[in-house]
Amino acid sequence: MYKQILVPVDLTHVDQLGKALQTAADLARHYDAPVCYVGITPEAPSPVAHNPKEFARKLEAFGNQQASDHGIKATTRSYSATDPAIDINKTLKKAVEESGADLVVMASHMPNVTDYIWPSHGGWIAEHSSASVFVVR
Amino acid sequence: MTSENENKPDPGADAEPDTEALPEPEGASDVIETDYEVGQDNITPQIGPLGLDIHNPVFAISAAVIIVFVAAVLAVGGETSAAFFGDLRGFLTSTFDWFFIIAGNIFVLVCLGILVSPLGKVRIGGVDATPDYSYAGWFAMLFAAGMGIGLMFFGVLEPVYYFATPWGDQPLGRDIGIVDGELADPATIEAARLTAMAATIYHWGLHPWAIYAIVALSLALFAYNKGLPLTVRSIFYPIFGERIWGWPGHVIDILAVFATLFGLATSLGLGAGQAASGIGFVFGIDWISGNVTAAVILIAVITLLALISVLRGLDGGVKKLSEINMVLAGVLLLFVIAVGPTMLLVTQFFGNLGAYASDIFALSNPVGREDDGYRQGWTAFYWAWWISWSPFVGMFIARVSRGRSVREFITCVLLIPTVVSAIWMTVFGGTGINQIVELVTESGVYGYVVDSYVPELSLFGMLADLPLASITSTLAIILVIVFFVTSSDSGSLVIDTITAGGKINAPVSQRVFWVIFEGVVAAVLLIGGGLAALQAASVSTGLPFAIVLLLACYALVKGLMAEPRE
Repeated sequence: MYKQILVPVDLTHVDQLGKALQTAADLARHYDAPVCYVGITPEAPSPVAHNPKEFARKLEAFGNQQASDHGIKATTRSYSATDPAIDINKTLKKAVEESGADLVVMASHMPNVTDYIWPSHGGWIAEHSSASVFVVR
Repeated sequence: MTSENENKPDPGADAEPDTEALPEPEGASDVIETDYEVGQDNITPQIGPLGLDIHNPVFAISAAVIIVFVAAVLAVGGETSAAFFGDLRGFLTSTFDWFFIIAGNIFVLVCLGILVSPLGKVRIGGVDATPDYSYAGWFAMLFAAGMGIGLMFFGVLEPVYYFATPWGDQPLGRDIGIVDGELADPATIEAARLTAMAATIYHWGLHPWAIYAIVALSLALFAYNKGLPLTVRSIFYPIFGERIWGWPGHVIDILAVFATLFGLATSLGLGAGQAASGIGFVFGIDWISGNVTAAVILIAVITLLALISVLRGLDGGVKKLSEINMVLAGVLLLFVIAVGPTMLLVTQFFGNLGAYASDIFALSNPVGREDDGYRQGWTAFYWAWWISWSPFVGMFIARVSRGRSVREFITCVLLIPTVVSAIWMTVFGGTGINQIVELVTESGVYGYVVDSYVPELSLFGMLADLPLASITSTLAIILVIVFFVTSSDSGSLVIDTITAGGKINAPVSQRVFWVIFEGVVAAVLLIGGGLAALQAASVSTGLPFAIVLLLACYALVKGLMAEPRE
């Protein structure tokens, strides 16, 4: 039913992504669909990487790890942005289009009052792309 | 930019990323190997529903110092503290004027030296890096962050001031063009006009842009090529080494936050008062001029617009507004050229550039001069002001300059802006002076600059003597407000990055905090008095920063020499 799964990952908070990653891997095996892990990095040095190239390499290693841990087919896509805190939605939409994903599996933060000001990324992607969105809490 | 990797589900093929050397950004560059990780000193407190990610202790100390300063100024009273900090600033600029002038000259020479040397072939972000922004977007942001608001305020005022006011601030002690409402002879008028234009362009030309360029280029180099966090302390890695991550670095960053926030908040507070006067003048609403409530409402509007802009991000907010403003400023400029004395302005432009080129040596001479009013009251004040703004403007320029070669960078941040400033001053100041020469005491400009000194109305006085004054004055007010919005927005991004230890992807709530904080500080100081005091305090940071920037020149050249060239 699904041909390509997309999983946005924040490499600074991998420890909080366990459930979403497991869900994505289970779905991937069930539908025999490859998973594409997407990361967005600032161009300036960040805690994860000194530059976008190092980030891409770390993301690739992360993808390899997921592939071997879960026995799935995995690719990675890394994007760099000048203002990643704001450009996440736009970049994820681009990633959905470029990877041809029809299902996005992503971890969610606990919703709170700030969601009225900053709507969730998952909600935005569901609204603005053709892919199904699975928000894991 | 995208990179795609096909990963095989083969456990044996995995590379161990941690054991490899740091990769170069894009193409070769001299990456600095340090154990420091961006954000390693950050704490992530949860305040209500908001998660923060802030540098410990820079965020807390900066915020505390700012609050304590504001409280102290309010407690002591605006006038007493204004007298104190005004005296301090006056003392610094009159005692160390020679130092500021020498430092300014060094910054220009270092920039020009880098421009013509092989170091110009280094590329920001590695030899294969490509620019993130087009020339138009880049230029628009350079002016919107660093100079737009000043050009609006001083464009008419400063040249006319040097040309016509008898208060002893004549550059190089030369004669003025009009005395007691009587024009001097034509030769003296022409000489006074050229001196006024050269002296103004000197303050808005190579020197200020060199100050910005040094800071911006250093920050860009150490972040994009060498992999250090995008924060002011990183520049000093070649000097202090690993100690930069401790207190020497904290102090530099806190000073930068202090200068930026007070520079912005006091400009916003004073600017709102001036914009209110402008609105009152243009639309004939008398009570608005000098009305505190009106100014506070204006601060609230500007802060709200900055907030929206900040939430739209760098590309959707600051960049768009800057581009809109560049178009509006261009329209205003072309209008004044078209309806003003067009051919006269064109010929005067080349004359002014010539006067700038020949007078720059006398104007930038630090010793043996008699023109204290000009040298100490204007030049040293400007240099301290540009230097205190340089962490903010420099960091913002750095952030948008990745992918440019150093030669391209200096051409576009030093040489071209100097020409643009010269054009602006020629058109606005030149038209103002031409009006005085034609209309003498009947001219609006003469009324607001010489007769009764109302500097914030000098631009509107000039526009009032041209056709379609109500349209152009409205356009000018919009320009002033949008320039404030872009400064407030880009300043908040910069303060947020510094107080997050160089992280540009810290939670958005933090930049919202700084935008609002800046507006609140401006409003509180406007109501309680003390704007002038804290503006003097922020300009006073120019002296320690001048020393810091001289060290930065050394670090910059050393850092560039280690880079591979194209």
